[in-house]
Amino acid sequence: MKKKSGNKSRKLAVVEETSATEEAKKLATVVVVTSGKGGVGKTTTSAAFSSALAQKGYKTVVMDFDVGLRNLDLIMGCERRVVYDLLNVIHGEGSLNQALIKDKRIENLYILPASQTRDKDSLSIEGVERVINELKERFDYIICDSPAGIEKGAVTAMYFADEALVVTNPEVSSVRDSDRIIGMLASKTRRAEQGLDPVKEHLLVTRYDPSRVDRGDMLSATDVQDILAIPFLGVIPESKSVLVASNSGAPVILDNESDAGEAYFDVVDRFLGEERPFRFMDVPRKGLLSRFFGT
Amino acid sequence: MKFLDFFRSSSKRNSSSVAKERLQIIVAHERRRASSPDFLPRMQQDILAVVRKYIPIGEDQIKLSVDRSGDCEVLELNIALSETTGK
Ligand SMILES: Nc1ncnc2c1ncn2[C@@H]1O[C@H](COP(=O)(O)OP(=O)(O)OP(=O)(O)O)[C@@H](O)[C@H]1O
Ligand SMILES: [Mg+2]
Repeated sequence: MKKKSGNKSRKLAVVEETSATEEAKKLATVVVVTSGKGGVGKTTTSAAFSSALAQKGYKTVVMDFDVGLRNLDLIMGCERRVVYDLLNVIHGEGSLNQALIKDKRIENLYILPASQTRDKDSLSIEGVERVINELKERFDYIICDSPAGIEKGAVTAMYFADEALVVTNPEVSSVRDSDRIIGMLASKTRRAEQGLDPVKEHLLVTRYDPSRVDRGDMLSATDVQDILAIPFLGVIPESKSVLVASNSGAPVILDNESDAGEAYFDVVDRFLGEERPFRFMDVPRKGLLSRFFGT
Repeated sequence: MKFLDFFRSSSKRNSSSVAKERLQIIVAHERRRASSPDFLPRMQQDILAVVRKYIPIGEDQIKLSVDRSGDCEVLELNIALSETTGK
């Protein structure tokens, strides 16, 4: 029942937001989705976040920086339409227009795939800069899906960022890695090197399971915020619908029944400066008896 | 607190609070290390060599660190002399 009212407010928001894109032309905002640790939900987040932005009327492109291990195209369900990729564009073997894949379901959404074959070192900062500068003229948001790790690939993905989604799972190694990534955002990016305003950071706690938090065997979102001390954007609950979405190659926000999808919409709204109550942080209320016995 | 939790948690501490404590220590340690200049270990070796010309001390008796207090950076050098050395 809760779900329905959520959907309604979502539709209203779409109507309000489309006018925002008609304002004076400004260059795109570059957002990196980063984590340090692998497998925490960067690609899932990149796909959902960019899809929700596009659905709200912003012209959005999502770029895969995971050279050699690309999978954004699989999550977005456009793997069979990939002809040219980011590295082809950088090396002048294809044009940007040839490489950009227009999403078939969502207006305003484009995917720029990474190369599956080439080695990582051919992704140069200068090459990426040329591509990003060209994209900046044409889009409102550029979402960069970072590879795992803290080496060159991750640095390249974050280098041109204006804002960062720091994706963290509520467990020790993921939080530790996020802390290192936060340090890198403050030192290894273009904004840091050129002494501009720092990259604006947002904490996103994914694969969150409130019932385990309640039982005391998972760090709470508040614990993670206390340690990382960057502005909190919300939680994405651990959800079966994420795997279902990736099986079918459709970003999870397209599933109207999905709690994770709703959480991503909330997150995008907050990112855009709207206020949304924090949901999915608590265990759904149960009957008096089961609460008493804590099952 | 739930009725059954009372029995559960009295015997064993929550693993999440252990995780939080560990993280606070790890993160503080790594932030300190990341912000200290990378020549410190080499400088420590050099100072150790100089001191050893006069006093026999072990690796672990010398400690060099940079701390920040307000706007001021302090380079702190600690050399512990054991009972038998020095005098
Ligand atoms: N909220 C969620 N609920 C359940 N499963 C999730 C959730 N988010 C991500 N997953 C699952 O976790 C796995 C890793 O997700 P994803 O590929 O998005 O992570 P990643 O950070 O991009 O990984 P890599 O570092 O390898 O690029 C996938 O199997 C995905 O389905
Ligand atoms: Mg990924």
